[in-house]
Amino acid sequence: ALAQAGLSETQAEFRAAAEDFARGELAPHAARWDADKVFPTDVLRHAAELGFGGIYCGEDYGGIGLGRKDAAVIFEALAWGDVGLTAYLTIHNMNCAVVDRFGSEEQKQEWLPRLTSMELLTSYCLTEPGSGSDAASLSTVAKRDGSDWVLSGEKAFISGGGVADVYVVMARTGGPGPKGISCFLVEKGSPGLSFGKQERKMGWNCQPTAAVVLDGVRVPEKNLVGGEGNGFSIAMAGLDGGRINIATCSVGGAQFALDTAFEYVQSRKQFGKAIANFQNTQFKLADMQTGLQASRVMVHAAAEAIDAKLPSATAQAAMAKRFATDTCSDVANAALQLHGGYGYLQEYPVERVVRDLRVHSILEGTNEVMRLIVNREMTRGNV
Amino acid sequence: ERELEKEKKREKKRKRKKERGEGETERQRDTQDRQRQRNRERRKNARMSLRALVGVKRVIHYAAKIRVKPDKTGVITDNVKMAMNPFDEIAVEEAVRMKEKGLVSEVVALSVGPKASQEVLRTALAMGADKGVHILHDGELEPLTVAKLLKTYMEEEKFDLVVLGKQAIDDDANQTGQILAGLGKWPMATFASEITVEDGGLSVVREVDDGLETVKLPLPAIVTADLRLNEPRFATLPNIMKARKKPITELSPEKLGVDPNPRLVVHGVEEPPVRQAGEIVEDVDTLIQATKAKGAL
Repeated sequence: ALAQAGLSETQAEFRAAAEDFARGELAPHAARWDADKVFPTDVLRHAAELGFGGIYCGEDYGGIGLGRKDAAVIFEALAWGDVGLTAYLTIHNMNCAVVDRFGSEEQKQEWLPRLTSMELLTSYCLTEPGSGSDAASLSTVAKRDGSDWVLSGEKAFISGGGVADVYVVMARTGGPGPKGISCFLVEKGSPGLSFGKQERKMGWNCQPTAAVVLDGVRVPEKNLVGGEGNGFSIAMAGLDGGRINIATCSVGGAQFALDTAFEYVQSRKQFGKAIANFQNTQFKLADMQTGLQASRVMVHAAAEAIDAKLPSATAQAAMAKRFATDTCSDVANAALQLHGGYGYLQEYPVERVVRDLRVHSILEGTNEVMRLIVNREMTRGNV
Repeated sequence: ERELEKEKKREKKRKRKKERGEGETERQRDTQDRQRQRNRERRKNARMSLRALVGVKRVIHYAAKIRVKPDKTGVITDNVKMAMNPFDEIAVEEAVRMKEKGLVSEVVALSVGPKASQEVLRTALAMGADKGVHILHDGELEPLTVAKLLKTYMEEEKFDLVVLGKQAIDDDANQTGQILAGLGKWPMATFASEITVEDGGLSVVREVDDGLETVKLPLPAIVTADLRLNEPRFATLPNIMKARKKPITELSPEKLGVDPNPRLVVHGVEEPPVRQAGEIVEDVDTLIQATKAKGAL
């Protein structure tokens, strides 16, 4: 019921639609996708048919034109079904938004309809082996050659790497630092573009993750997005929303873990009664619910701040991401503990949620970087 | 016969064209034949265009936990997740599919209940229904009342077809469709697993205990939907937004001249008895003895 609190009528309908999809199309397969490392592109395309591929892109090119709060509500419901796949969906939505917000009319016409329908899948390529948190120090270069740019470098931990059709690549076109970075769309199959092995991860196993290697990849001028030197601000603008999305996936996953634990403790009996009757269990569940709701409320408030273009939006997104990802990982972990030994078995879904949520404290900006951002915004007087 | 006449005329025309040296290719002829076929289908379907009324009920979501009220007068619905009755979703889906095939020209979704019933009307609209009708009633409802309301509305608006879910998952009454057919003396086909429009009426395959039964009904007719009739579509986000612009008419039992007071009194609602522990026995003989001793055999 709390998941539906404070939602407009339309948002409640969106949530119900996303819940139905999560329950019917995601949850039944999540365990298998995780165990067999299946990337279910057919399910992604089905999701796109329902409108989940370009949620906050403009309606002209196949988007739905919704806000970040609407998206947060939708993604939370989907993540209840499968955290990893929903996380990929949010990354794809972020890439669509990059083209929608910063692309030229020609670029939008050429790419957006195929992106929002997920006919083409995308990857977001910022991180490199040598530059994670220090993203502005990235070293992939793009050199002018006639009317083309030639890109060389390596990107690391790329979600969708090797499978995606379009790569949104940040590369250095100018001097050192953020102002020398530009944003390019690179197509799979371009000569010189290759991929590392599929990474074996703790979680997010339904998503392929690989290094993306660019060795003299020729990219036409028309694939430069947002003008030379704007790549870093594009990347950062994308990440504000991306942080809400990852945080909301944490909330959805933790809700699933809490629901599962709540069910389990009613039926598990020890010492002559259901463990739900022990005060420790009751206190634990109450604390989990409190942490979950606090996370949800922060995420919603941050999403509304982004929609309203408030000066506090960046700080709120960073606070919500930092708080929700850590708290929801704790909730999932507590849920596992409440399952006792059974929680450790893969037959029970809770350990998968713990594994999936762990990376949320690391990517889209580590929670340490989130703290830097919050403090910076405090200094600037934006909070 | 008319088609044969037309074909003969066409042959003559082709012959004359050929003589003049303006032949048409085999391929052109095939395309024209196919186009003619399609136009024929569409005209036939348009003549058949029916208006369908679909009843939808707001019930507790199938996956929600049911708790009996402390005073045992019913189940708790406050803050419980609600949704469209699953069999009604199937009914809406069938009507919308018939519209997409050109067999039905308009699908109207109707719900009786409190203000919140409009939520399920919106879901029906998002699935493809054209209009919603909400008959507002906050009190207890029973199949007889709903059937009377449906009958009045159906006669007023002259629907050709009423599709209902076979039963609601809250009361499992499985009565409304049957009572409606009885009140209006209309043909009915319950537990439908397949509906075909043919010969100015319906041919419906029903799932019955003996297997499958096919019945033919003239219109207007009442059909209730069973599980295997179809798999309902998910509402898409764009359709949810478009649905907000579709109209919902608000009515009341008074406006339709129906007394909504229930004829049935519910004396109590209880949880099912807690499952008793079982007993493991040595062999079949002991099993038979024990079962007889318990009076079950």
